[in-house]
Amino acid sequence: MAVSKSRIDHLLLKYEIEQFLYQEAELLDERQFEEWLDLLAEDIRYWMPMRRNVKFGELDREFTREGQDISWFDEGKDTLVRRVNQILTGVHWAEEPLSRICHSVSNVQILKATPSMSQPTEVTVKCRFLIYRNRVQTETDFLVGKREEVLRSVNGQWKIAQRKIILDQNVLLAKNLTFFF
Amino acid sequence: MATKTKGRFVNGLVDMKAGKISREIFVNEEIYAEEQEQVFTRAWLFIGHESQVPKPGDYFVSGMGEESVILCRDREGALHVFLNSCRHRGMKVCRYDEGNTPVFTCPYHGWSYATDGKLVGVPFFKDAYHEKLDKSKWGLVEVAQMEVYKGSIWATWDPAAPPFTEYLGDFKMFFDLSLEAWNGTDEPLEVIGGVQKWLIPCNWKFPAENFSGDSYHNISHRSVDMVGIGPSGTGRRDTQERADSRRLQVSFPDRGHQTGIYVLPGGSPTAASYQQSPEVADYFREAEEKRRAIKGEWGRVTGSPGEIFPNTALHPRQPRSIAVWHPRGAHQTEVWRWYLVDAGAPYAVKDFLRQYYIRYSGPGGLTEQDDMENWNYAHSASRGTIARRHPYSYEQGMGSEQTNFELDGLKIPGTVMDLTEAKSSEQNLRNFYKRWAEFMDAPSWDELADWR
Repeated sequence: MAVSKSRIDHLLLKYEIEQFLYQEAELLDERQFEEWLDLLAEDIRYWMPMRRNVKFGELDREFTREGQDISWFDEGKDTLVRRVNQILTGVHWAEEPLSRICHSVSNVQILKATPSMSQPTEVTVKCRFLIYRNRVQTETDFLVGKREEVLRSVNGQWKIAQRKIILDQNVLLAKNLTFFF
Repeated sequence: MATKTKGRFVNGLVDMKAGKISREIFVNEEIYAEEQEQVFTRAWLFIGHESQVPKPGDYFVSGMGEESVILCRDREGALHVFLNSCRHRGMKVCRYDEGNTPVFTCPYHGWSYATDGKLVGVPFFKDAYHEKLDKSKWGLVEVAQMEVYKGSIWATWDPAAPPFTEYLGDFKMFFDLSLEAWNGTDEPLEVIGGVQKWLIPCNWKFPAENFSGDSYHNISHRSVDMVGIGPSGTGRRDTQERADSRRLQVSFPDRGHQTGIYVLPGGSPTAASYQQSPEVADYFREAEEKRRAIKGEWGRVTGSPGEIFPNTALHPRQPRSIAVWHPRGAHQTEVWRWYLVDAGAPYAVKDFLRQYYIRYSGPGGLTEQDDMENWNYAHSASRGTIARRHPYSYEQGMGSEQTNFELDGLKIPGTVMDLTEAKSSEQNLRNFYKRWAEFMDAPSWDELADWR
């Protein structure tokens, strides 16, 4: 059976995006923070809402709103650069000594590609993350959830233009969020 | 008064004559259990803000010590605080964080309660209870006292506790720095949507003492000062208005409340702030001019972190928030942080502040992250048998405190430490623990309210 071109385009794009997300995770886990910053578009929106327990039928109130409410993160590149610079001071005690962190990314789905799957300049992606953090001696956190993101092609290089982080927790079980999602 | 001179805690485990406190009060689980009874059932505790429950039927599930409580506005518009536990078999009657409801129905056996707490629904009331259950006696357990103070909502389980404003005493004028609009009026504040809630592996008193006025922990925040997140573009807060001011610690020995403040010299203008955004800078300049005009000499005072005994932390000026340190066992604290803003401020101001609040405070905040690391490992390194034999030192600045403090004609009430001279002091911390020890030893409010 002949495989249609559109399915091949989809497969190739999915592979390319997966490789990009894995390489991004590699930079974070190998603590190459400045190289990681290069993957972020200058106008990136990095947003991690908080989640409420709400009654059935009121799920529209489950998440705090971007640009309106308090979130765990709701920021652009400037603050992300400062977060990296803070780690690189060597006196950011919450990350000194550095945590051991492992990002797993899975369930990658291409939700949308514009203008086309064959020649995309912008791609909307959804995936799952599992972040393991271990620091000092026995301190361990697992953070699991979904990410929705928009990747943009800039001079042939993918950049992260939007990242919405959906953590599957209500009360945050980690004492702080000194790492990146 | 006996409790003021010597007890198991007063000048025992909390030895304020020597400036030493036993590590047991932080890590001992029996002391923790006593503390739940002695402190958390008797003190006034912060519940929430009126802006969270504006309409009849609105509710917000809050906490008092280890207990889950429901703050709700009944059909007549009156506010209540109830224990979130069914009278029949204890199930939480509300597992949502907030919303609007005509009734709280227990999902276990179906008892249901109106928003005024009355038991209104009992399945098989006729057949199984033969209508003999006296529903009027089985409403939700309500707090003994509840008060709204300038929009903030407070409650206590103790009917003998003094009224909230008496509990505050002269600290009221400092708490007002957190509750008044930026322009010094009673124009309403609002809680920005979303209360941050997170766990820290430490005893609740570590953050409580830190916000009482730990003026010594600059090294903790060196990294954020280096990268700069302040609203004028440098440091972690706007620094010029602080640099122009006399820096003081103020505490109230009979109440256990304490705060830092900044006092401008007589006749000085308030320095410009929020220069990163012209619109926000204009808003604050106008608000500050109005505040200074309304408040007169008192307008020279601006706020800094403080603590209302026992577990409510204030961050009145930048970034404005109120936090509660909920005890979750001797070794864990659940923090809830509410962020406040002028309800009538334009979107640009609210948006700027919201972003600044998030990058400063909470688990993602560049400043607060480092505090939590310190509280975490200070606690864990104090749990060992040997560690417990060695008390902490609270000797800094002992005997240097002043009363009847005056600066260019402005009288400051309470016990004052001049930090511009001393650089740092643990007077406010001693004040917090002195009051805590009194609560632990005193059998009732008769002893605790000895100002009467």
